[in-house]
Amino acid sequence: MSEMILDDQPQDDGTAVNQNPVERAAALLKERFPDAVTDDTRDGYTGLMVSADKLVEVATALRDDIGFDYLSSVTGVDQINDNKMEVVYHTYSIDQGGSGLVLHVQVDRDNPVLPSLTPIWPGADFQEREAWDLLGIHFDGHHDLRRILTWDGFAGHPLRKDWKEVFYEEDHKPFGSRWPGGEVFRAEEKTVYGKNVRYPEGWLPTGDEYDVETEMYTGITYTRDQQSGMKTDKLTVNMGPQHPSTHGVFRMVVTLDGETVIDLKPVMGYLHRNHEKIGERNTFIQNLPYTDRLDYLSSMSNNHGYVLAVEKLLGSTVPERAEWIRILMVELTRICNHMWALGFLLNDLGALQTPMLYFYLERELILDFFEEAAGSRMMCNYMRFGGVAYDLPDYVREQETISFLEELIYEHIPAVLDQGDGLMTNNEIVRARSIGVGILSREDAIAYSTAGPVLRASGAQYDVRRAEPYSYYESLDFDIPVRYNGDIYDRYLIRMDEMRQSLRILEQVLPHIKATKGAPIVDGKPQYAIRMPNAGESYGRVENPKGELGYYVTTRRRESNPDRYHVRAPSFINLTPLGKMCEGHKVADIVAILGSIDIVLGEVDR
Amino acid sequence: MYGLGILKGMAITMKHFVDSYLDDIFWAARGGRYYNDEALKVRQGLKGKGVKTVFYPEEKLSVPERFRFVPFLVTDDPPPGQKWGKDWCTSCGICAKVCPPQCIWIERGVQPNGRPKPEPNQFYIDIDICMNCGFCMEFCPFDAIKLDHDYELASYDRTTAHIHDKERLSKPLSYWREIAPKKAAAEAAIRDHVDELKAWKKANGRDADPSTAPKMTEENTKQLFYRGEYY
Ligand code: SF4
Ligand code: SF4
Repeated sequence: MSEMILDDQPQDDGTAVNQNPVERAAALLKERFPDAVTDDTRDGYTGLMVSADKLVEVATALRDDIGFDYLSSVTGVDQINDNKMEVVYHTYSIDQGGSGLVLHVQVDRDNPVLPSLTPIWPGADFQEREAWDLLGIHFDGHHDLRRILTWDGFAGHPLRKDWKEVFYEEDHKPFGSRWPGGEVFRAEEKTVYGKNVRYPEGWLPTGDEYDVETEMYTGITYTRDQQSGMKTDKLTVNMGPQHPSTHGVFRMVVTLDGETVIDLKPVMGYLHRNHEKIGERNTFIQNLPYTDRLDYLSSMSNNHGYVLAVEKLLGSTVPERAEWIRILMVELTRICNHMWALGFLLNDLGALQTPMLYFYLERELILDFFEEAAGSRMMCNYMRFGGVAYDLPDYVREQETISFLEELIYEHIPAVLDQGDGLMTNNEIVRARSIGVGILSREDAIAYSTAGPVLRASGAQYDVRRAEPYSYYESLDFDIPVRYNGDIYDRYLIRMDEMRQSLRILEQVLPHIKATKGAPIVDGKPQYAIRMPNAGESYGRVENPKGELGYYVTTRRRESNPDRYHVRAPSFINLTPLGKMCEGHKVADIVAILGSIDIVLGEVDR
Repeated sequence: MYGLGILKGMAITMKHFVDSYLDDIFWAARGGRYYNDEALKVRQGLKGKGVKTVFYPEEKLSVPERFRFVPFLVTDDPPPGQKWGKDWCTSCGICAKVCPPQCIWIERGVQPNGRPKPEPNQFYIDIDICMNCGFCMEFCPFDAIKLDHDYELASYDRTTAHIHDKERLSKPLSYWREIAPKKAAAEAAIRDHVDELKAWKKANGRDADPSTAPKMTEENTKQLFYRGEYY
């Protein structure tokens, strides 16, 4: 097989088919698995339809022979009208870049069982657990298929279309009770507890039949009676959920041999609000302010991914000025986010407050600009389908906007980066704590579907802005920094590098902002009641500061609400290899390793 | 040399430490560093040096015109002796439909003959649920709902105090002019312009050459928010 593919490589003499890699991969798969792989012919859908029994073979061939080695996203979809459960896999090639190959697998809705892809891509671990938790799709062969976002005693699978929340009003907003006869009520008064918050059958919080905690600790090599003859105890410790260094409510079940970590299991979901279910009740535009609240440190980039996904469905165009403003905002967000991330990383390493606060001073200035432009410092809600909400303000903090930005970009931020460099890069304590700690190899980084700085610090030069350019990134001159050691120190350095590259981008963007002054910032007259012209699926992905942020949106014709709305959350997926990274290190290193991944629980738990 | 990196870092911290005192001395001759509007302005901006702390609530950061907090309803300026004037809201329901968390309840007014009356009987916003997104303001076709700048809403009882009714929500136009002067002026100019256009259309008939229609000044066009040129 591999020979055949080699023959198929583009040749220099120009005779080889200059097919794009996705089409070529699809053709190869169809040829090799004629019974199991077909084109997805549904209206508005792309990619392949794969039958569940051949999924593992297809995925293996895709990874090993065709070079689509990166499983970016796993999405469960409830196709209630066809009585099917569908799982959508987005796969990419790290080395070639380009767009992805999308695999759709459909199984019977009443008995949704699929083979697990965790043996091929361990990065599918949390995502499959999420699909099990929220949609009840069973993945055969998954080593640890437990609930992940809802609590262990939760009844039902909330993303199923026929599942209703505790206080259910209607399927879609706007709700009829608001107008014209609006009589106010507080939903919490109408909430009937006991309906969904009840123990499922056979679940006894203190009983023996189904003990969650035992379940949690199984798989950990830990026996109670090993003490005799041993010099050290093995001990299971809960770090979190209330812990100052977990960056929010996040829990790690750690098994220790003395001070050394033997095993670590992340437990999340304490901030879960079923963003996706809310998203499916919302109209398209109503989702925008909700995306702000995912990774609340980078609301501008969250907006960007979502508007890209919806714009693909709408077919709208974006005026030039709006694109430049978007890049301006998104790159400033990246700097903000990395400043925050590094400040906290240093905090976790024991450099309490000082470096963090120096970074914050500059971050505050960027937030001032966001506030003047968008009306809010963190919940910006600034982008709209086909443009941005408002033009740039004339003044920021009583200084002319352009001169404010120039001073910020040419003087302030470079100075604060240099200062950060001086404070930390060669600091002996920082180096001792971070070099060689929490190593993730390139192979693992790819296999575990990590993204963003974590992936790039491990030697994979992959950035959505270059791999599949959106907006005007193709025309901008910047490098994708890459580091090869994959330890905490490299993850620190890569963020420093990225901030400097963002500055390069910003320097190129400013002249365009000046040149397009007064040009339109939104395409057409914005509508609040959008109806989708066509059915279909769309995946909008952007390089969020924390990694690839993707929105998978499907819709039916003339619908005003998304049929399925899924977020590929980089913070969430980057946590998959946390246990592996911590193994063999000391307790204090856990905090630093977690800090170097840079998570925001609003996005992890969704 | 081992430890050089640490020393370098300490030097940077030291510089900040000294800078803060230098800044104190600089402002000591100019009316003080704190509780001084002039000094606060500098401290907030790019030129600020030294300690950046703002002593809230004695000192407050200024908020920009576009700042969004919970909504209020615009009314005409009140006649003497009254708190509010006529509602601008026509109870068209657009804000209640676009509101993402659905925290607006509007009871539409009814005329004696049973037909809808273009003003709300009641208007409620649950400010606990409001996510300050600004969509209601963006899409209201009558400039009747605006987002407030008053962010000090702490209260002892959230169950009653946090559901704002029409009385609590209504504020006169002069208030909006005060907190967002540029925006309010531009909106007024746009409303005048739309009226002018309507009058022009009436006078010249449907087939008139649109290029001779009255134009909006560039200044106002620039101030336009989101909704496109005309609405
Ligand atoms: S959109 Fe404006 S006019 Fe219509 S109900 Fe809301 S506030 Fe009133
Ligand atoms: S600001 Fe947003 S959430 Fe609040 S009332 Fe207006 S539309 Fe609703």
